[in-house]
Amino acid sequence: MEPLFTVGEPIQDVKAPAGPLQDQWEARRFGAKLINPANRRKLSVIIVGTGLAGSSAAATLGEAGYHVKSFCYQDSPRRAHSIAAQGGINAAKNYRNDGDSIRRLFYDTVKGGDYRSRESNVYRLAEVSSAIIDQCVAQGVPFARDYGGLLDTRSFGGVQVSRTFYARGQTGQQLLLGAYQALERQVSAGTVEVHTRHEMLELIVIDGKARGVVVRDLVDGTLETHMADAVVLASGGYGNVYHLSTNAMGCNTSATWRAHRKGALFANPCFTQIHPTCIPVSGEHQSKLTLMSESLRNDGRIWVPVKAGDTRAPGDIPKEERDYYLERQYPAFGNLVPRDVASRAAKNQCDAGRGVGPGGRGVYLDLADAIVRLGRDAIEEKYGNLLDMYQKITDEDPYRVPMRIYPAVHYTMGGLWVDYDLESSIPGLFVIGEANYSDHGANRLGASALMQGLADGYFILPNTINDYLAKNPADAADSSHPEAVKALETVHERLNRFLSINGNRTVDSFHKELGALVWEYCGMERNAEGLEHAVGLIRALKDEFWTNVKVTGTNEELNQTLERAGRVADFFELAELMCIDALHRAESCGSHFRTESQTDDGEALRNDDAFAYVAAWEFTGEGSPPRLRKENLEYHNVELAQRSYK
Amino acid sequence: MNITVRIWRQHDQAAAGRMVSYKVDGISPDMSFLEMLDVLNDQLTAAGDDPVAFDHDCREGICGMCSLVINGIAHGPEALTTTCQLYMRHFDDGDTIDIEPWRSESFPILRDLIVDRSAMDRIIQAGGYISAPTGSAPDAAATLVPKKNADRAFDAAVCIGCGACIAACPNGSGMLFTGAKANHLGVLPQGQPERHERALAMVNQHDAEGFGGCTQIGECTAVCPVGIPLDVISFLNADVLSALPRKTD
Repeated sequence: MEPLFTVGEPIQDVKAPAGPLQDQWEARRFGAKLINPANRRKLSVIIVGTGLAGSSAAATLGEAGYHVKSFCYQDSPRRAHSIAAQGGINAAKNYRNDGDSIRRLFYDTVKGGDYRSRESNVYRLAEVSSAIIDQCVAQGVPFARDYGGLLDTRSFGGVQVSRTFYARGQTGQQLLLGAYQALERQVSAGTVEVHTRHEMLELIVIDGKARGVVVRDLVDGTLETHMADAVVLASGGYGNVYHLSTNAMGCNTSATWRAHRKGALFANPCFTQIHPTCIPVSGEHQSKLTLMSESLRNDGRIWVPVKAGDTRAPGDIPKEERDYYLERQYPAFGNLVPRDVASRAAKNQCDAGRGVGPGGRGVYLDLADAIVRLGRDAIEEKYGNLLDMYQKITDEDPYRVPMRIYPAVHYTMGGLWVDYDLESSIPGLFVIGEANYSDHGANRLGASALMQGLADGYFILPNTINDYLAKNPADAADSSHPEAVKALETVHERLNRFLSINGNRTVDSFHKELGALVWEYCGMERNAEGLEHAVGLIRALKDEFWTNVKVTGTNEELNQTLERAGRVADFFELAELMCIDALHRAESCGSHFRTESQTDDGEALRNDDAFAYVAAWEFTGEGSPPRLRKENLEYHNVELAQRSYK
Repeated sequence: MNITVRIWRQHDQAAAGRMVSYKVDGISPDMSFLEMLDVLNDQLTAAGDDPVAFDHDCREGICGMCSLVINGIAHGPEALTTTCQLYMRHFDDGDTIDIEPWRSESFPILRDLIVDRSAMDRIIQAGGYISAPTGSAPDAAATLVPKKNADRAFDAAVCIGCGACIAACPNGSGMLFTGAKANHLGVLPQGQPERHERALAMVNQHDAEGFGGCTQIGECTAVCPVGIPLDVISFLNADVLSALPRKTD
């Protein structure tokens, strides 16, 4: 049998300046070449995606004077899925005087990521975190405040300080509206043009540099070529490869996957975050899963009945017959252990038969003690909208009956490989937000995604992309360039291929089957045998897709089935790479739990000697095994230790 | 549950549309309304027909993309609920359910149940922001914001921009949407310098888009899935008045 992958030359980041961690960002900003304001007008940047990273980058680059073209598949930039983030955003403000600092946020993030992220990038993230809060307040983001008028904060999993700023349960919405309004301000100023209901289907690379994109107008099917001096992908994560996830229905990997096929390395695809507190699956018909913010773990206590198969109503189970298993197993962090730990613990309880609710796939998240301690009003003020949502979906009142929760796919730490400048392995292609792999290692801490998205968009990319643009004066290239014409033709052929198969199965049925496969073999627990098996199953299902899928209608119309077919086709290829990545990483770390590699008490057991590297994968052609390019991770400021939250 | 749906079908903006009936069987009460439409679309696709086009994305009530008039009510019969958060348990076996797109002249139909709401983005472009250049912000704690102002701003800021208010208004007015933004930014200290001009610019754009005037009927707030209060419109009107030139000026 052909090997599943080959090993190529290692890679490394060459952009982070030498010297102490705390001086690197300043040194890089000083070292980066600047472009004078008059010349910026002549330079154009394409930004794909309008979530926190994409909107903030478009607004900031527009304001700096570049000509920005922004694209989103939704009908308005404000609808990108960052809007659904609930709990909060971290920043090392230390307003609480509880021992927080840039260094502690850096340390918590590296440790939370189980020592699989790059020190220089993470430190910079912590460094700019404070400025994000300042920026958002200035834009009118209505963060929660105390009675003195100062900003309120709360705690999140994996940390012992209170550094999470929030706007009730709608922090993502409020931050995104801030960035969206800044973006629309630039539209009005004429620096940014927004193309809504447009989806990127191909990257155009000329002389080795990213120079444009092919997009489809989702209203009438027109294929358009857009050229620019640099391209930025801010297209989010790939959690929908699992079909059921907390992502929006339209979230997809197509922009990043198309770039990968054009030469961008894809890093750590198997690092996918399973969020511990989601509403359990209720039946076959389910189209998506809904998250209940991790912030609920501040006040909610997680428990299961001590006795397996106990079917009594939760209120009938006395305290001494309940197992508050997180508080018991992890006394130091209790209910606030990191997400990967909490998810696996819930799975273990359910596997042991102590799960609750239909099918026994659920555990209780109980607010009763907090309601007694703080009063119902206080709980409503903090979590009202989440609890309303829970009631709408489950028809149960969480103020009276403990909520039932179960882990679900939520976020993907993996993504396109980037250097310190957030530039991918294709010169001129920058990747920001969840679409890149850069800051969260093998597990992301709560309230850090919003921080990273806005850090990348407001503060980091706008201080690095200028260096590329200044050093790479681009020849005028228009859509008649042979590479652009070829890219357009490729897209056209692919769309026609979907439409001409005319098989017997719907796109969704393939997506469901693929998702179930990836969840089974590359979900919360993985092992070599299962992953090898999964690769074969995915390939077979992919072959069936390309011969038996049914896509109705034509390209020249609004055709949602055709849109989905393209996204699912890319998920097939990504799913295979995820399994190969998970298979090759024969250690457990963070979200990636290999059953073969665990401690005596069932915790993730890392193997730093063999696997302290980023696995960046190179596309080598259709049907040809991917090539592994390792970026070795060196830790000079944090000591590698076995993570402990006990 | 077995139900009948009558759905507005229209191929594109230029085509004529009509209501078409479909039977959908085997619906579970725990399905969301949109999951019921997924089942219908599977059925249509299997039969070789075009599935029904409808907007949706997050399916958790926050993105504002879903937009259906259900039995004559924007977002359907449940109060404070988006279409995607409406569950079939609120309907009965054997029901016939009418499903139409948002109805407003300023929301042209693109296909079936999908409308063009870009006019709402243009209202924000006209002034629905605070001019805060990146990187020049003072420390977040430098300006105190009284809790009641922060809370009031938040209550207005939760608008999801779905457009139900406009679809429900007999005048096709977008004043609840516009007022929510004016109120969100206008009660915060950071929003004061541009407050009155912001309100005027947004209202001018609102009128230019062809949205109707407000006559305080209140249908908007009745269908609003996040409960934006009607008095945001009074707030907006007061700000617009302050922005207009007076005889004494």
